Amino acid sequence: MTARIGVVTFPGSLDDRDALRAARAAGAEAVSLWHKDPSLHDVDAVVLPGGFSYGDYLRCGAISRFSPVMESIIAGARDGLPVLGICNGFQVLCEAHLLPGALTRNAHLHFRCKDQVLAIENTATIWTTGYSAGARAVIPVKNGEGRYVADEQTLDLLESQGRVVARYVEGNPNGSMRDIAGVANEAGNVVGLMPHPEHAIDSLTGPSSDGLPFFTSVLKALVAA
Amino acid sequence: MSSDIDVHIDTVPHAAATPDTQLPFAELGLKDDEYARIREILGRRPTSCELAMYSVMWSEHCSYKSSKKHLRQFGEKVPPQAKDILLVGIGENAGVVDVGQGFAVTFKAESHNHPSYVEPYQGAATGVGGIVRDILTMGARPVGVMDSLRFGPLDAPDTRRVLPGVVAGVGGYGNCLGLPNIGGEVVFDPTYLGNPLVNALSVGVMRIDGIKLATAPGPGNQVILFGARTGGDGIGGASVLASATFEAEGERKRPAVQVGDPFAEKVLIECCLEIFAEDLVAGIQDLGAAGLSCATSELASAGTGGMRVVLDTVPLRDPTLAPEEILMSESQERMCAVVEPAKVQRFMEICGKWDVTATVIGEVTDTHRLEIFWRDQLVVSVPPRTVAHEGPVYDRPIARPADLDALNADDANALARPSSGEELRETLLRLVGSANLADKSWITDQYDRYVLGNTVLAMPDDAGILRVDDSTDLGIALALDGNGRYARLDPYAGAQLALCEAYRNVAASGAQPMAVTDCLNFGSPEDPEVMWQFTEAIRGIADGCYTLGIPVTGGNVSFYNQTGSTPINPTPVIGVLGVIDDVNHRCSVGFKSDADEIYLLGVTRAEFGGSEWAHVVHDHLGGRPPRVDLEAERALAALLVEGAADGMWSAAHDISDGGLAQALVESVVRGGHGARISLPGRDPFVALFSESSARAIVTVTPSDVAAFEALAGAHGVEFVKLGAVEGSRLEVVGQFGVDVEELRAISAGVLSAVFD
Repeated sequence: MTARIGVVTFPGSLDDRDALRAARAAGAEAVSLWHKDPSLHDVDAVVLPGGFSYGDYLRCGAISRFSPVMESIIAGARDGLPVLGICNGFQVLCEAHLLPGALTRNAHLHFRCKDQVLAIENTATIWTTGYSAGARAVIPVKNGEGRYVADEQTLDLLESQGRVVARYVEGNPNGSMRDIAGVANEAGNVVGLMPHPEHAIDSLTGPSSDGLPFFTSVLKALVAA
Repeated sequence: MSSDIDVHIDTVPHAAATPDTQLPFAELGLKDDEYARIREILGRRPTSCELAMYSVMWSEHCSYKSSKKHLRQFGEKVPPQAKDILLVGIGENAGVVDVGQGFAVTFKAESHNHPSYVEPYQGAATGVGGIVRDILTMGARPVGVMDSLRFGPLDAPDTRRVLPGVVAGVGGYGNCLGLPNIGGEVVFDPTYLGNPLVNALSVGVMRIDGIKLATAPGPGNQVILFGARTGGDGIGGASVLASATFEAEGERKRPAVQVGDPFAEKVLIECCLEIFAEDLVAGIQDLGAAGLSCATSELASAGTGGMRVVLDTVPLRDPTLAPEEILMSESQERMCAVVEPAKVQRFMEICGKWDVTATVIGEVTDTHRLEIFWRDQLVVSVPPRTVAHEGPVYDRPIARPADLDALNADDANALARPSSGEELRETLLRLVGSANLADKSWITDQYDRYVLGNTVLAMPDDAGILRVDDSTDLGIALALDGNGRYARLDPYAGAQLALCEAYRNVAASGAQPMAVTDCLNFGSPEDPEVMWQFTEAIRGIADGCYTLGIPVTGGNVSFYNQTGSTPINPTPVIGVLGVIDDVNHRCSVGFKSDADEIYLLGVTRAEFGGSEWAHVVHDHLGGRPPRVDLEAERALAALLVEGAADGMWSAAHDISDGGLAQALVESVVRGGHGARISLPGRDPFVALFSESSARAIVTVTPSDVAAFEALAGAHGVEFVKLGAVEGSRLEVVGQFGVDVEELRAISAGVLSAVFD
């Protein structure tokens, strides 16, 4: 018994194949979803992958957010469909107002790719139950526009509700406010994460396998349900 | 001339009727005799569109007219191993190598030096875009890029202008394409101040039966242009033609450097791969230098021999473009395919899925002529081979540089050397903190090395390694190396030393070297001394590849790299491709665990000509470069590869610039472990800083020492134990010690101090 995890390909998605691979590595049935197709093909969870959808022209995620598949995902997310947005996917989720805040140009103005230490702070979301509270994970971060910003009131709300899923430790790679690397919606089914857990599923091709629990967590919850 | 002909269009009949009309061929770079040859081929004067095509296709860049005669050596000195692995050789867009398990790999390096100097970001970006399209054109999925960059001195104001833009351009384009950047090199030297070098390499993977060629067979087959619309970029030359030939429309200002759109290219890649998977093309060519002129003439001359193109159908970004400009435009992200009529509909459906603009612009004929129409009138009618393949070939005069004897006599061994432990320590720290040896993370962290999920090794390791596919453990390794100082002292040896370094780097990573691509950066071919350097370098590469048993599969020549009449140091950059059967056996340079024993492999001589030490400490370039010993390189590589496959090395690192000292520094910093070593030989300075080739360091767990010694003996490689991995300092017994953290801080601070 397994579950179906869908990965959306927008024009310009780059880490879609990697997200599919990570879903398979976790034991899920990985399903490709196409941006022009509004059907979610009975998937049990969705990953919006990294990349430069529509070239990041206009604003990261601003165009993808209006694609046919997103209408179904937005509706599904409001009904509890687990959704993980990674990097560009996180940007799409913010543009779609499924998550608060925005991702802006890195404070140092450069694209940066590095192995980043994260503290997993919320282990109650459907994507993070596999981590122990306060766990450290080494996961690649690679972006040019990954600086998380929101107004103080929103940041305070996120903190008070425990919705900061992951925080950068041992250095903030992009100037994100309060070192925020990932946030969740109130229900905990929608998570946006700037680092790339799909690139940390195997120490052969990544810095660690610390990212795999994002995928095994959701699978375990779905199979149990 | 009949009155209904548009007088603004220089048609073929008009050209025939007006033999005395003067055309600005000289401004387009054609010599008198070249223009005369065109008239002879056509039996009349060319039309302005024909002149546009010939002028770009007969340029040095497209025709290789100065280098062709010498490049033939690569076809003549083919090592016997080539026939077992080479699926496509020199002449196509890129060579293709059989790497086993049904996989084929295509790879190639190309220069984009001049555009990157004029407009660093777009020049470098479109350099990456162009080489990736060459790889795609062969039928392969592009899976990685590398870059070899050379700038003026780190502290020069213009370096601060050029470097950040080039790095952002390489990253901006490659990152947005979703191709991991797995390595390369960055070099600073005054010789490149007015002429930086930007060489990009791309590699692609396909199944062996998926190879595509640039050919247009079958009369009636449709010619489809797809991808970006054609705009006015990269047509500086054609504007001269347009303004000189037609009524004055005011001076046209066009950007000389093309502008890249990596998103368009990413979509084009996915679109092409779907088209290839359904076997919908009979032939395909990308549009790069010389744009449609190149694509149509090359496809036609390699196919049935004729093609008819209706230029009005080309989708334009700028509707005011003249036909000459459309033919010459170097707008990026375009491809040209030849498709059987029955497959056109499906082809168009896939383009529609990816929102890629695709247009039938003509068809293949059997007329043996390339005929191009504009507003229903014939503006080009030429034998396509005369444009694409039968350009002029020059046998340029060569002369050994007059200053070379004096340069070689200025022996670096005569320079003042450090002797005490404290002086050796100071020298080491000075080199660690020098531009060429310092940590390059400021640059390489701007490149995505993880995307596609198959990167097994990347910079700062000796070579980049990619798993070819996640269904297998089979991997490919790539290294890209050059050394302009060595090549200045002796271009034959210098080219071979670059080859040897890349070959050694691949072997140190655990992969068996298989094939070579080159990017040959030189000054003006009209300078006999440059031409001598060029011919010597080619001869060195061809001889070296023959002895090492690895064929040259393709490459690129970049001439006219000079400032005024001063050429750059000759800079052949060599890329070596290797194969590793099991990527789990790859070797990293970092020392892993205490008590591992450190061995030096190979023979050290007092060799300082062109060395990093002479450059940094004495600002000296003279003497002879290190001795080349190809047999020793072969033996060392065989040992490194076999040891890696046996899991014998806990670390392996090639020794090159900066000698043993720099190799040790990189291994302790990368691994985060110190080392305690004793220097072999009588002269600690020579042991630390000589750049003798065919050397490497490896670490071996104590239980493997006997097996290691037997293996090294079997391969005939000399070895000496240096010491062991230990603690958190690099301790050179009896001389000096330095904390690893201090080394790391010095090395990491160099580039960020300038650019942050």
